[in-house]
Amino acid sequence: MSQDLGLWTVPLAVLGGAIRVSTPFLFVSLGETITERAGRINLGLEGTLVFGAMAAYATAVVTGSPWAGVAVAGLAGAGFGLLHGAICSLARVNDVAVGIALMLFGSGLAFFLGKPFIQPSAPPLPAIPFGFWSDLPQVQAALRVNVLFLVGAVLSVALWWAFRNTKAGLVIRVAGDSAEAARAMGYDVTKVRVLATMAGGFLAGIGGAYLSLYYPGSWNEGISSGQGLMAVALVIFARWNPLACFGAALLFGGAGALGPALQSVGVSSGYYLFYAAPYVLTLALLVATSSPDRALAGAPGELGLSR
Amino acid sequence: MSTARESTAIAVETIGMTKRFGAFAALDDVSIKIEAGGFHALLGENGAGKSTLVKCVMGFYAPTSGSVLVDGREAAIAGPKAAQAQGLGMVYQHFTLVPSLTGAENLVIARADVPRVIDWRSERAALAAFMAGMPFRLDLDRPVAELSAGEKQKLEIVKQLYLKARFLILDEPTSVLTPAEAEEVLGLLRGMTDAGALTVLMISHKFREVETFARSFSVLRRGRLAGGGTVGAVSRDDMAAMMMGERQVRTVAARSGTPDPDRTVLHLTGVTATDPSGLRHIAIETLRVQAREIVGIAGVSGNGQKELADVLGGQIRATGGRVVVAGAPYAGTRSESRSRRVRFIPEEPLRNACAPLMSVSENIGFRAFDRRRDDPEGRPALWLDKGGLRRRAHDLIARFGVKTASAEAPISTLSGGNVQRAVLARELTDPVDLLIVVNPCFGLDFAAVADIRSLIVAARNGGTAVLLISEDLDEILELSDRILVMSEGRLVYETPAAQAEVGVIGRHMAGHH
Repeated sequence: MSQDLGLWTVPLAVLGGAIRVSTPFLFVSLGETITERAGRINLGLEGTLVFGAMAAYATAVVTGSPWAGVAVAGLAGAGFGLLHGAICSLARVNDVAVGIALMLFGSGLAFFLGKPFIQPSAPPLPAIPFGFWSDLPQVQAALRVNVLFLVGAVLSVALWWAFRNTKAGLVIRVAGDSAEAARAMGYDVTKVRVLATMAGGFLAGIGGAYLSLYYPGSWNEGISSGQGLMAVALVIFARWNPLACFGAALLFGGAGALGPALQSVGVSSGYYLFYAAPYVLTLALLVATSSPDRALAGAPGELGLSR
Repeated sequence: MSTARESTAIAVETIGMTKRFGAFAALDDVSIKIEAGGFHALLGENGAGKSTLVKCVMGFYAPTSGSVLVDGREAAIAGPKAAQAQGLGMVYQHFTLVPSLTGAENLVIARADVPRVIDWRSERAALAAFMAGMPFRLDLDRPVAELSAGEKQKLEIVKQLYLKARFLILDEPTSVLTPAEAEEVLGLLRGMTDAGALTVLMISHKFREVETFARSFSVLRRGRLAGGGTVGAVSRDDMAAMMMGERQVRTVAARSGTPDPDRTVLHLTGVTATDPSGLRHIAIETLRVQAREIVGIAGVSGNGQKELADVLGGQIRATGGRVVVAGAPYAGTRSESRSRRVRFIPEEPLRNACAPLMSVSENIGFRAFDRRRDDPEGRPALWLDKGGLRRRAHDLIARFGVKTASAEAPISTLSGGNVQRAVLARELTDPVDLLIVVNPCFGLDFAAVADIRSLIVAARNGGTAVLLISEDLDEILELSDRILVMSEGRLVYETPAAQAEVGVIGRHMAGHH
């Protein structure tokens, strides 16, 4: 059958890959958007993602329920967020440095605790076959959409709405843009930021659960390959806008699927270069969207290295 | 929305208010009574304790002793929220609006009873009804970052009224407004106090404002109440004497000599630029500054003065046109400023012209540290001559009267006036052909202002071309040989200082030309 499709398999595979690969990007970047909108940068989400993957997989193996795994991964992520938020609330602590420390801590702890779970297999998360109308297996494969992807899509719209239309959303934006103004209004900036970092960690943990319980769908030490870090860059590219995060996550997911797709149609030389597409894309986008003459529009005012 | 609570002014009284920071008494036994519906001015030099007093009233500081009475009853005000609940509101000198939020979002989120989910349709309707009763027209749908300083100031005041403040503290409210806007805003607030809807406490430096709008006043000096009374019963000289105490004030040195028409030092033609946010554009058709001339650029904050200064200082790139200094193009690099003897003193020097945590001595050495001896043409030095720099700093600290605990103290520990003295000491020691200064006296007390203006005039008398960009119209009028007005990114008016008319300048500042 694949011969019939010819080169059409590439865009189809990229579309399918975009949907499949983008989910962790989406969850981590939505989480990081909440955190950064509140005025903190959490670079530790890479560690949270890996730990979430391990926690979800281990829980699913032990309980037999992938949803229990998702819940545990989210809670573990919130725990990491709490740790980051609490440490950063101390005087003279830099959130970037703490983030890097927690990134290494989270990954290391996940490898240590996850050793026994590399062998056993866990029940995967369910997917919905939106490609049922087609006879082509490629179309069916591309349109098998995981439930978490749909949750993430709804979540990005909900967050976009919440940042404008809810008290919590506005308070987060106030805390991230002007701590002084937030204090003048009587809000506890530290508390807002700790909660926002916890929410960010929670989502990143769920992103990890997707990695180990759906795609690639196993637990090993190389499971993340830097997706948590790329998602942080993606937030900047998306200008802290949850809707743009969704688009950017799809774009990064599609770029990640380019290498395997080309390999599958028989491009045998240089496809390793295409495996690097997401990383090249990260760099290219950051360069293309920067300017020596313009400030970054939409950047929360309290973000920075100088505090 | 028509309870008696929101339509009646409240009286506020402080009794024996004292605030100590360690051994230093910022506020010492200050008792002031402001009647309901009063318009009270609080005068005093910088550091006299004015902001400490109002921060104690607003609950930002817990006073060491003393209390606040609201409508005759003692009120325990634990913080800004509690103050808001009592009907007290304050408009700060630096804005407390959130830049990325729109005006409407800023107003709604500041309210104590924001619902969990905001129904923007009904909020918008309520805001429109509220704004209909407000003296100012404001576009509430734009992010605050895009508003001019004057609009922000109005929004701050509107916010306090929206929060149902019945006692309003204004901290130097007119420093960012045009004379006409200041007149409008204060006139409307005065009208509200006359109607018994509001009590106002205004911190001000401007006697004219106080005499026109306030009904009563108090003067603080070094944390103590130095006097007060009814406006009109006390002369300006007496008010000034209460503020200054027994102290000699240096007057500004007179300008001597005339501008040298044969030596144009700075010449801009067709310069265009855009600030980093991309919102403000400037277009300067032509601007000349001659040797031994002070050209003052007046204008309301946010009309392109900062962008002009940033272009001259090399902070942003001009998108078109030419900046020529002493006959050659100039882009503000260190080597150009050294060879062409250009000195640039940006506004807020502690933030923009100093390394706050480095010592006074090191900060004074920023022009000299990388060259041998004091020779501007000398070869660059590889090793710092620490002893030489220290001697030089000690000499300059003494000569320019910089008050500091030690030359090795971080410059951020100095008062604003002394930071500016130290910066001027650094910039004006070597021969200077072109001096660009922005708001040199912003937020400084009288003595420091007189000192710093004298230094600028002395440089001019020595043959320096001076471009003075200032939001303080009095400063422009006092120092300039020639006055230009900047409005919406353009130079819209020019007059020799001798023939300057404040009314005409004010109209051009406000954009009516």
